[in-house]
Amino acid sequence: MADLSINFAGIKSPNPFWLASAPPANSGAQVHRAFEAGWGGAVWKTIGPPVLNVSNRYGAWNYGANRMLAINNVELISDRPLETNLREIRDVKRAWPGRAVVVSAMVESKAEAWQTIVRQIEDTGADGIELNYGCPHGMSERGMGSAVGQVPEYCERITGWVTGIAKIPVIVKLTPNITNIVVPAQAALRGGAHALSLINTLNSIVSLDLDTLELVPSIGGKGGHGGYAGPAVKPIALNMLAALGTDATVRASGKPISGMGGIGTWQDAAEFLLLGAGSLQVCTAAMHYGFRIIEDLCDGLSNWMDSKGFANIDAVRGHSLHRVSDFQNFDLSFRAVARIDNALCIKCNLCYVACNDTAHQCIDLIEATSAARPQPAVREQDCVGCRLCYNVCPVAGCIAMVQEPSGRSSVTWAEVAAGEPAVTEDWEAMQRYREAHGIHIH
Amino acid sequence: MNHTLTEQFPPLSKHEALVEANRCLYCYDAPCTQVCPTHIDIPKFIKKIATGNMLGSATTILSSNLLGATCARVCPVQELCEGACVLGSEHKPITIGRLQRHAMDYAYHRDTPIFHAGEPTGKRIAVIGAGPAGLSCAGELARLGHDVTIFEKRDLPGGLSTYGIIVLREPVDVALAEADMIRKLGVHIETGVEVGRDVTVEHLQKNFDAVFLSVGLGVTPALGIPGEEHIHDGLDYISHSKLRPELLTPVSHVLVIGAGNTAIDCATVAKRLGSERVTMIYRRTELDMTAYPHEYSFVKNEGVGFEFSAAPVRVVTEDGTVTGLECVRTRLAPHPEPVVGTEFILPAGQIIKAIGQQRPAIATLFGLETERGLIRVNSEMETSMAGIYAGGDCIRIKGAASTVMAVQDGKLAASAIHNKVVAHG
Repeated sequence: MADLSINFAGIKSPNPFWLASAPPANSGAQVHRAFEAGWGGAVWKTIGPPVLNVSNRYGAWNYGANRMLAINNVELISDRPLETNLREIRDVKRAWPGRAVVVSAMVESKAEAWQTIVRQIEDTGADGIELNYGCPHGMSERGMGSAVGQVPEYCERITGWVTGIAKIPVIVKLTPNITNIVVPAQAALRGGAHALSLINTLNSIVSLDLDTLELVPSIGGKGGHGGYAGPAVKPIALNMLAALGTDATVRASGKPISGMGGIGTWQDAAEFLLLGAGSLQVCTAAMHYGFRIIEDLCDGLSNWMDSKGFANIDAVRGHSLHRVSDFQNFDLSFRAVARIDNALCIKCNLCYVACNDTAHQCIDLIEATSAARPQPAVREQDCVGCRLCYNVCPVAGCIAMVQEPSGRSSVTWAEVAAGEPAVTEDWEAMQRYREAHGIHIH
Repeated sequence: MNHTLTEQFPPLSKHEALVEANRCLYCYDAPCTQVCPTHIDIPKFIKKIATGNMLGSATTILSSNLLGATCARVCPVQELCEGACVLGSEHKPITIGRLQRHAMDYAYHRDTPIFHAGEPTGKRIAVIGAGPAGLSCAGELARLGHDVTIFEKRDLPGGLSTYGIIVLREPVDVALAEADMIRKLGVHIETGVEVGRDVTVEHLQKNFDAVFLSVGLGVTPALGIPGEEHIHDGLDYISHSKLRPELLTPVSHVLVIGAGNTAIDCATVAKRLGSERVTMIYRRTELDMTAYPHEYSFVKNEGVGFEFSAAPVRVVTEDGTVTGLECVRTRLAPHPEPVVGTEFILPAGQIIKAIGQQRPAIATLFGLETERGLIRVNSEMETSMAGIYAGGDCIRIKGAASTVMAVQDGKLAASAIHNKVVAHG
């Protein structure tokens, strides 16, 4: 059995799964129940200045018959009195000393306000503080949340105020609503952050109601951008996690990263760990199915780690980061072609129409002699290995991308650009290069 | 409520339809469409259900098949679209028939018609018989602007959809609503009018630019056995079950002679009426049955029994009441022949025969060429007499007849008639 326990910047928990700072971690009763179900930790829903919420807070992106591939919300930070939250945090921590209790906070951008809330949080016995620089709606209009996360100088200064007095680990939660996630991450580290977490929600308008012509969700006829989260945002989160994991400054700091954004299954969790996450936060999946999902998150992750020979989370953490690279470093001579397994093919011919209409016209429909359906077949010499057919094929294992020798020695774009710069600037030079190396583009 | 009188499948709920529609792979050159005799663009109408474009979905179906509501219910989908579905390889083809019904129910509940009559051409077309072939042909011609009159000898339009398909598969109101849709395209449907009795052939030829014959088949042939007057006609039995169910009462022992789809329908009705024992008698073997395999397994599930290799000899009566049927064993040589000395009596309170239908008499009336008693047509659905077209069961010389093939005949004939009458100015 793999050891799932973690020590994240000094915050210990029996497994890497924490409830993210969000509605599931809004009250002591909820966090109690989550811990009973097996969650390793919880980041309390953000506490801070007084707020009032509205009705119709959550929109959802449904696709086909699938519900809630993403959720979008205009809910603000906790609307429960600060004292109530602090008391319940203290009670939960006392009842569950072995679980991670982290408190998310957001106050107005004054040193005094931040330092007051830090002391109040520390008084509860909580294990850590997460600075919410991410919320893209509502709070940002009051100069908090993503209004801070989007300005590296603010990010650094406020982090400095907090780390200057905090005795427990300080995690800075980053907003993805920014061009380059590395810039605010470095700012937070300059401010003394003990850890980073990402991603908070993305700006979004989830849909419009085609009967009423109102935005969804409609708040008395009005709507606006809200924070987008759930399975649909996972690829964005993974990219930002990798961007931090491959940044020299972030790596040199040695500070851990708590990953979140669309984690719903143990497979998602494993992917975040492989790209360097040291703890994992979950919200939408719990909002969809309840706290019970923690069982398979742990069980599936543990079974997978056993099957791969990973003894503990640290062994998995960042295991695939060395594979993250840039286009200029990819091997231009690597060749893969699509191959269809005729025995598995059900002849829906989606690969054919996708390739023929929108890709590289290298799949033919071979007419059968009898009354049978025509069979798609790849002309391998013309296949560029785009992998579209593989992606549209509804049958698992039917289309494989098979590595084939290209007959050329390995070379990257960076090497071509360094060795023969004219090739990168002049089409005639490119043509000569292609002819010299036997590169045919049909 | 008596479950003989209700449709077997409930409509799909909106959610069921959404889930099922999204399961459709949207195949390229989809095999379901290719095997559909009317070539409904099935992935297209299903995709439109998935996107909530119900009007577009219904329009897609009706553009290829004006009798989409009937076909959604009575088509042998296992043999056609669903049988061809590529997901059959995973043993769960898309339930195309029920999705089509979902879209057709939308059209049924919609207040405004989907199609309208075309610009008037001034051409008059007569259609004989208001069954699926006739309604399809008339509707297509009306959409092209022709003035169409249907002459139907029975009291209600719809043909077998109204009289011959058991309620379990298609309630009467569905068939009548379909005929009503054709009527709203401007088609005149004159019921209770029989050609040869109320209207002469000469009248038709004189007053119409073309005639389409869609008369179906004739009556059930005689068995030629003593006591035949005590045997009920299968088609009458089914039409009573639909239109005059009060005439039918459960009888403890019911025998059905025949093993085709109509015989199976009769046995199903008898069983659902509450008959204790229903037995089908067939002079050939199980392997020779003409009923669809899914119909056979359906009726076995209903609890119907079978006597294969048995032929009726005479009806046994006591004081004028049926008590049984004497049968004899048969052997195939290769046609069934009675085996002397193997006679036996099956107890029965009611005997129904469903042994096919006779050839239609109309061919003789018009003096048309026939083959095996059925009207011969060319690839344009035109008979040996110029201007007289035919389609549906009355031309089905080869293979099994079905509603959807009749609909396609009507469609093809309408196109041929249109081309001809327009070309002739």
